[in-house]
Amino acid sequence: MKWLKPMVFLACLVPMGYYTWAVFADQLGANPIEVVTRAAGEWALRLLWLTLLMTPLRRWWAWAWPIRLRRMLGLYSFFYATVHLLLYLWLDKFFMWPEIGADILKRPFITMGMLSWLLLLPLAFTSNQLAIRRLGKRWRSLHRLVYPIAGLVILHFFWLVKADVLQPLIYLGLLALLLWVRLPVLAPNLYKRVSKLSV
Amino acid sequence: MLIKRPADIKSSEITPEAVYNDRRRFMQTTAGLALAPLFASAAFAESMPNGQKLNYLQPKQFASSEPRSTFEQITHYNNFYEFGTDKYSPAELAQKLTVSPWSIAIEGEVEKPGVYTLEDILKPHSLEERIYRLRCVEGWSMVIPWVGFSLGDLIKRFKPTSGAKYVEFTTLSRPAEMVGQRRNVLDWPYVEGLRMDEAMHPLTLLAVGLYGEVMPKQNGAPIRLVVPWKYGFKSIKSIVKIRFVSKPPISSWMRSVPSEYGFYSNVNPEVDHPRWSQGRERRIGEFLKRETLKFNGYGEQVAQLYQGMDLRKYF
Repeated sequence: MKWLKPMVFLACLVPMGYYTWAVFADQLGANPIEVVTRAAGEWALRLLWLTLLMTPLRRWWAWAWPIRLRRMLGLYSFFYATVHLLLYLWLDKFFMWPEIGADILKRPFITMGMLSWLLLLPLAFTSNQLAIRRLGKRWRSLHRLVYPIAGLVILHFFWLVKADVLQPLIYLGLLALLLWVRLPVLAPNLYKRVSKLSV
Repeated sequence: MLIKRPADIKSSEITPEAVYNDRRRFMQTTAGLALAPLFASAAFAESMPNGQKLNYLQPKQFASSEPRSTFEQITHYNNFYEFGTDKYSPAELAQKLTVSPWSIAIEGEVEKPGVYTLEDILKPHSLEERIYRLRCVEGWSMVIPWVGFSLGDLIKRFKPTSGAKYVEFTTLSRPAEMVGQRRNVLDWPYVEGLRMDEAMHPLTLLAVGLYGEVMPKQNGAPIRLVVPWKYGFKSIKSIVKIRFVSKPPISSWMRSVPSEYGFYSNVNPEVDHPRWSQGRERRIGEFLKRETLKFNGYGEQVAQLYQGMDLRKYF
């Protein structure tokens, strides 16, 4: 278990490493900019969903390790979201701020994306021990922001695709599952059942 | 004869496979070492035309000094939802498509309706190469050397009646081979339409090839429309039906998202798509974006078709 955290840390860097290599080795087809921008967004999404999986894992199996990974996964999600945003600002808009402003106001999917990143910011900045101690009970309420963020991210994805909603639907299904396992009526029963099984 | 047999290529012109592979390896390794071809056309080495050669003229008015997109780019970055909604699947999945025999039904307001074989359709027309810009509604563009003939010349043969105000085109429906049609992403089969004067315009092309060869399947084999001043989705692929009608046809995209896709879909930087600003585009292979031109730069030839029309309303 000592190696778990460093290993997950490195694993989370694999997408970054792969796409950096692939861009320079010309492995991403005719429009590499589109591919890397999209990949960064998708990894932010996947890691956010993984972050949301940690709490139910602990509750169900009473394991401690998921909680030790939760912060790192959340921060990695924020990292990929930031890369995603920067790629958009740079390679799609070339930092033309008036155009970016118009985009944010006029295009709902960009509004949702921008909003979710902005809401991730306070979570990322209060993820350290000091902030947790200082904020006390308010820390938990603040970090419940992750649920509206997940909703905004899903909308961002749905409104982005042209016709094929299969992918956003899959992520919506997974999110529904992640929320369902949190239901208080459900969780204790499952918890009991699982703990009986594991005895 | 339309299609030359591959045997017509002089054997001296054919690169021995070993040499070809060596070149390939050489270019791939050097590409890897140089770490350079970030946005260059290194992919050029990956695939070159190797289909059947076509006989065609090269009229000066359709030549272009713009650098062409590479064969690899044109054939490996395709929006062809019948073979998957991402741009990389069609190159692979479209290879299943049977394109011979092929026939096209001519229907509606015409004196000579009927089902014609592709050979009958093509017989009287001489082919020409036309280098057109293609602008996708998603904000990217290419320069493509199509081979084909004017749609107008074909239409005249079937003698549309006075009731023919619009032309409706339909793509093949064959879920057994077009795996993308097994999911209702769009209302299959794909339908597109043009106003009669747009269809008769000398720029409007029926293409049967590109880069001097028969049309690669992922690009809409065996025969497709190319309307260079409209967004790419108007240029319907793998056509099996051409119907002359009195009312504007409802295209698949109009049916799917009426608020986003109109009948005309002319390239217009002044009218945004709700999802994308249309002011700029990325030419595939380039890093910086360029300004999008009204009517994709073909305004001189086509702007008069839309005189007096509010292009915001008729998007």
